[in-house]
Amino acid sequence: MTYIEQIAPSLLTGALMSLKIFFWTLIVSIPLGVLVSLGLLSKFSPLRLLLKFYVWIMRGTPLLLQLIFVFYGLPIIGIIFQRYDAALCAFILNYTAYFAEIFRGGFQTIPAGQFESAKVLRLTKTQTLLHIIIPQVVKIVIPSIGNEVVNLVKDTSLVYVIGLGDLLRAGNVATARDVTLIPLVLVGVIYLLMTGLASYALKKVEQHYSKWR
Amino acid sequence: MLELKNITKKFGDRTILDHLNLEIPTGEILAIVGPSGAGKTTLLRCLSGLETPESGSFLLNDQPFDPTDPANADQIIGVVFQNYQLFPNLTVLQNITLAPKLVLKQDAQTATATALELLDELDLAGKEQLYPYQLSGGQQQRVAIVRALAMKPQVLCYDEPTSALDPALREKVGEIILNLKKKHMTQVIVTHDLTFAKQTADQIFTVNALDAQGGK
Ligand SMILES: Nc1ncnc2c1ncn2[C@@H]1O[C@H](COP(=O)(O)OP(=O)(O)OP(=O)(O)O)[C@@H](O)[C@H]1O
Ligand SMILES: [Mg+2]
Repeated sequence: MTYIEQIAPSLLTGALMSLKIFFWTLIVSIPLGVLVSLGLLSKFSPLRLLLKFYVWIMRGTPLLLQLIFVFYGLPIIGIIFQRYDAALCAFILNYTAYFAEIFRGGFQTIPAGQFESAKVLRLTKTQTLLHIIIPQVVKIVIPSIGNEVVNLVKDTSLVYVIGLGDLLRAGNVATARDVTLIPLVLVGVIYLLMTGLASYALKKVEQHYSKWR
Repeated sequence: MLELKNITKKFGDRTILDHLNLEIPTGEILAIVGPSGAGKTTLLRCLSGLETPESGSFLLNDQPFDPTDPANADQIIGVVFQNYQLFPNLTVLQNITLAPKLVLKQDAQTATATALELLDELDLAGKEQLYPYQLSGGQQQRVAIVRALAMKPQVLCYDEPTSALDPALREKVGEIILNLKKKHMTQVIVTHDLTFAKQTADQIFTVNALDAQGGK
């Protein structure tokens, strides 16, 4: 027990870093993903093509490469990020693309009649989106968003590669120093707790949306 | 008086409506009949601003208006769609009060009171907190009618109001339409149902079918 108590502070500090990246990525990427998805459906083709290209790059290359590119690559051309900012930047760019694809699919399932009846009622485009379309899209995409959220919890461990002190690094450092498996097992347990919590929260959101069909 | 003057509507190079003229005195009921594919729905969509005709004009009490202009809140054309298009994420009450609150800037109390009154009139008392999926088809249609009425439209249009209804409900919607006529609501009914048209309408207008080549 005492050994666990001894390494707990460093593991928790690491977990806090992982959670911070998780949290800020979600908070920024989900709304941004909605906006990008609207751009992907826009009739203005330059915008649509540009965003398609962006999504193609982000989904077609590893997040690990993107992280390395932002932190080790960009400084070569004079763009320098702190480790934490680099991580957030790469995660937000990457996850926005995934969320945008999910929302685009969601928007396309809404029948044209919903937009038309809103138009006949003289609702503006923004009112229609906010009150009618987005709630329906959210309900449709919750399961897919849920998968990505759980992936994100695990993906935060990738920041290890740019030397950020996350949960995985804390466990790895302790294991290497003390030659014991306990820290890595604990790290696994903490990840399980975090993914479990995320799944639970999503289930609650899903329940909230099950009032209507 | 609602007037449609020289309305021409094309899809690509296919002319669907060719210099069509119509006059509907205020408070009267016009039924639009004609074979499938003739352009009945298209005509209704032009009138409600969902399609833009290539030419022609719309007048309400001698005032020209643009149905596609979202800003003209004075010439509202209400529409009851064939499959109602209620908003599934909103309760019956929210479906009805959303637009009056956001567009007509009614306060919540006024909007709710109007909605409840209309629901009561259309035999939907007590249904206000239900979601659309919890209603039968006929009830959903009546909610759609209430939702359109809550916007205080000058004209109320229906696309195939009887097509999904059994005979009893068909009679009931006919009754609702005639009751609205007593309140001087101008109404336009697109229908396949000639008997229904004859029972309810003051005027029947036939849209001609396209010929096989797609011209008129
Ligand atoms: N958006 C569109 N683009 C191209 N053609 C269209 C479009 N909407 C309708 N049409 C065509 O216009 C014609 C008239 O269609 P419309 O839906 O108005 O017919 P309708 O009289 O309502 O038929 P029904 O009785 O079957 O409902 C049809 O030939 C249809 O294929
Ligand atoms: Mg039709």
